[in-house]
Amino acid sequence: MNDFEQNQIALKAQSSAWRLRLENLRGLLLSLREYGLRHEWFAPTALTIFLLGTICFSVCIGTYPMPIWKAGNILARLSFPWPLPDDLPWPVKELTVVQVIRFPRVLLAALVGLGLGISGTALQGLMRNPLVGPDLVGVSSGAAMGGVLAVMLNWSPVSVMALAFVGGLLSMGATFTLARIAKSSDGIGLILSGIFVGGFCISAVGMGIFLADDGQLNTIIFWLLGNLNHADRGTVWLVAVPTLLGGSILMLLRWRLNLLSLGNDDAFAIGINVRILRLGIIAVVSLIVAAQVSAAGIIGWVGLVIPHWARMLVGPDHRKLLPVSALLGGLFVLLIDDFTRVVLRANVPIGVLTTLIGTPFICFMFWKKQTKGWIGD
Amino acid sequence: MTDSLPGIGRFLSNAASKARLRLSQSPWTKPFPLAVILFFLTITSLLIGSYPVPLWRALDIMTGYFLPAGWTDPSAWDLKEVAVVTIIRPPRVLVAVMAGIALGMSGTALQGMMRNPLVGPDLVGVSSGAAFGGVLGLWLGFIESQVLILAMAVAGACGALLFTMALARMVGGKSDGLPLILAGFFVGAFFMALVGLLLSVGNPFYPRGQRTYNIAYWLLGIFRGADPAKVWLIAATTVAGGIILMSLRWRLNLLSLGDLDAKSLGIDVRKLRWLLIITVSLMVAGQVAVSGVVAWVGLIVPHLARLLVGPDHRRLMPTSAFLGGVFVLGLDSFTRTVIWGEIPVGVLSGFIGTPLICFLFWKTKTKGWNES
Amino acid sequence: MSAGDFSFSGLGHAYLPEQWIFRNYRGEVSRGQVLSLLGPNGSGKTTLLKILLGALKPAEGTVMVHGQVAFVPQLFQVAFDYSAMDMVLMGRAKKVGLFSQPSKEDEEAALCALEKVGMADMAQRPFHEMSGGQRQLIIFARALVAEADILILDEPTSALDLKNQNTILQWMDRLARKEHLTIIFSTHHPHHAYAVADRALLMLGGSNYEAGPAEAVLTESNLASLYDLPFKHISYEYQSQAIETLVPILRPKSDVCSASGAA
Repeated sequence: MNDFEQNQIALKAQSSAWRLRLENLRGLLLSLREYGLRHEWFAPTALTIFLLGTICFSVCIGTYPMPIWKAGNILARLSFPWPLPDDLPWPVKELTVVQVIRFPRVLLAALVGLGLGISGTALQGLMRNPLVGPDLVGVSSGAAMGGVLAVMLNWSPVSVMALAFVGGLLSMGATFTLARIAKSSDGIGLILSGIFVGGFCISAVGMGIFLADDGQLNTIIFWLLGNLNHADRGTVWLVAVPTLLGGSILMLLRWRLNLLSLGNDDAFAIGINVRILRLGIIAVVSLIVAAQVSAAGIIGWVGLVIPHWARMLVGPDHRKLLPVSALLGGLFVLLIDDFTRVVLRANVPIGVLTTLIGTPFICFMFWKKQTKGWIGD
Repeated sequence: MTDSLPGIGRFLSNAASKARLRLSQSPWTKPFPLAVILFFLTITSLLIGSYPVPLWRALDIMTGYFLPAGWTDPSAWDLKEVAVVTIIRPPRVLVAVMAGIALGMSGTALQGMMRNPLVGPDLVGVSSGAAFGGVLGLWLGFIESQVLILAMAVAGACGALLFTMALARMVGGKSDGLPLILAGFFVGAFFMALVGLLLSVGNPFYPRGQRTYNIAYWLLGIFRGADPAKVWLIAATTVAGGIILMSLRWRLNLLSLGDLDAKSLGIDVRKLRWLLIITVSLMVAGQVAVSGVVAWVGLIVPHLARLLVGPDHRRLMPTSAFLGGVFVLGLDSFTRTVIWGEIPVGVLSGFIGTPLICFLFWKTKTKGWNES
Repeated sequence: MSAGDFSFSGLGHAYLPEQWIFRNYRGEVSRGQVLSLLGPNGSGKTTLLKILLGALKPAEGTVMVHGQVAFVPQLFQVAFDYSAMDMVLMGRAKKVGLFSQPSKEDEEAALCALEKVGMADMAQRPFHEMSGGQRQLIIFARALVAEADILILDEPTSALDLKNQNTILQWMDRLARKEHLTIIFSTHHPHHAYAVADRALLMLGGSNYEAGPAEAVLTESNLASLYDLPFKHISYEYQSQAIETLVPILRPKSDVCSASGAA
């Protein structure tokens, strides 16, 4: 009896210690958030450092681990413009692991996340609806549809991306048009149209699966689930150029997004050309998403979830929101990819994991009614 | 009863007799032609296919199969042709008909129950839940026992449906309108991701490889490889669930008024809703276990049926059952006969269904769909 | 106690702990009588109605109901485009077994009810396309076909034009006197209550209320304290009939605010 009681007391003490620790952590996070809200530069800088650190760290880990100084050394050597010396201070195997296998994949993951985060935020601001993301307005599926078509025709990677871009743009256009003729262009009509159009595009991808031969089949199936296995120098460049280019355009327009998110009439009253601005942002977003999809398939829910996290960190002002959500997106996808590579050690498609994490979170947000405007309007 | 009332109740006898004439119409008169169409389509589907059997010979074999000996001359038949017409085609045709009926009826029941013309088994996540349950069963190694797989699929479907409804209720207060659709979308995506996870993680019972592809293939909705066991499975769930839904069809009218009103009319809303949830889960699970996720049919068919016979569930339920059968069987026969390479019916239904629902969305505009 | 009698006592409800919307309410109405609930916006009229209907469990107190209750909501929106006949038929829910469909007799009964409210010619018209007043009549017919003893209406006249207001009031009176239904309704129009109600309940907030026979409760001073507005009791003669009513004194143009100020 006495033992039992003492046990209970010990347990209680333990749990209260844990609670204290949790409280401390929470307090720390809250004060960080306070700090970040007050100092505009804080969150982006911290996240940038964190992202760069994670990239370096990710290169070191994997089924073939190596110490950080070694990987760093290899990376530093590789990033010099002149050719490597003949007598390498490390085994060729390690060089290969870092140079050919890990580095492209890590970079690709970071870039993909960057693109998804920034385009999701731009879309949500544009549509004044915190429930849209690249996958919900049909861009991702449209891009996949275009990509599948190009693969079926055995086109080159660049033209695959071009066709993916066209597909993404077309499906986004279809979504908007449908929402507009159903007289509800930023509320439920938009979301429904996105679901319908996305459903159509996914059917088209399914059609591709059944018309493709075995060689094409593998390429197409990975589109449906999202996968970073095919990373190499070419894909990195293919994603880097549109993402960074489009990302910088969005960055330049980030204050305009605040104006757009007021709604058409208000924005018009302020005196900006809503129409052109909208079309421009839509095109840029399509470009980024098309690049991402053609290199890594549909990675669902990142573009929807990341803006919410970023908004929790720095508030709704797009000037701060856009860079933070880009960095946060990169970090998120990179960490998930590391998790699959190192912990699961299985070939789990990354789109599956992002969905498994993203949907419960979105459900939670939905429940908490963080976004009061979701249902109405 | 007909005391003269001031102002209002004067002009009635003529109008009332007219209304009475309308009453004499049975609720089955409108669905009946559809049943006939379904029957003839079924017969026709048995006669056509990619294996070249001359039409008249197939008809001959069919009649010989049904009629007593002596009517036809079996000696003229090729054994292969007989096998195709009497053994290979019937299971597939039957599975397609049953799947269509199950989807049409469960879609109608869901739309009525949730007071929302925009939901369907795939949109509220039931199909994904059933797929997850079934795949989990396979993954755990219950390959031999179809009943066990079906039970898992029913559990998955039921769980997903409850999950969706609970989330929608927590968000919106009442289970209708936008919260429901969004919740269904989230839950469906989640369960589909779980399926993807199971497919990509191998285990000792369930080696990856060829079979993974088979499952990925099956998930897209195919009717190839139907055998008598599958026919029995889907027939059992569809007929059992169908009888329940048919006899509850007027109650759906009541339920579609909303909880408060239905309660004030004296029906037990909770009990009725549970009964419907379980029945719908059973039907969808049977369909998914046999033929994969056939998307959009459960959403489209009730709409088309409503265009034909109006919103009264007493007429709507049989109409959507037959219409669903015609729709899915038509698609399957089409892909089986006309198209090279057998596009899965789920893909085909998506191709036809999404433009159709977009069209309906445009036509009906905001009527009842937008707010509430 | 006969079917149609209705009483409640000690009734109170709070959505949040200790924040009582109303408390200790007591009232009764017997078969064939009309009870009207009056109160400003936010005084908990709809909450009280839901409790009386049995859809909401009160935080405290009891409701004694003898007989079948039917409810007529204020705004009736249906997801599907049912016909008037379909709507009325739904009133038979209690008499139709769980797994069976309504029979010919049920349809006959529904048609009779439609005739009673003079809507038989509208039987096949879509409910959506009807005007507010017609919808109310259809729901009345549904209550008749349900053979309800008690009818609860949430602001039945608030969205209607004057002619339809009159029609609905006539029907409430008719159902109470001829069909001996007990009617409970909430309203924002004291003169409607004055015209048809036998009993009235004024919801003054918290545990303050006035309940009793309509003539005793609907007085100038009670209404003035309920709505924070002066009221005037008027009696006049129209076509050699003495008519009494209550009117609020609305003076938007007077530059002196009402005595107690705009709170």
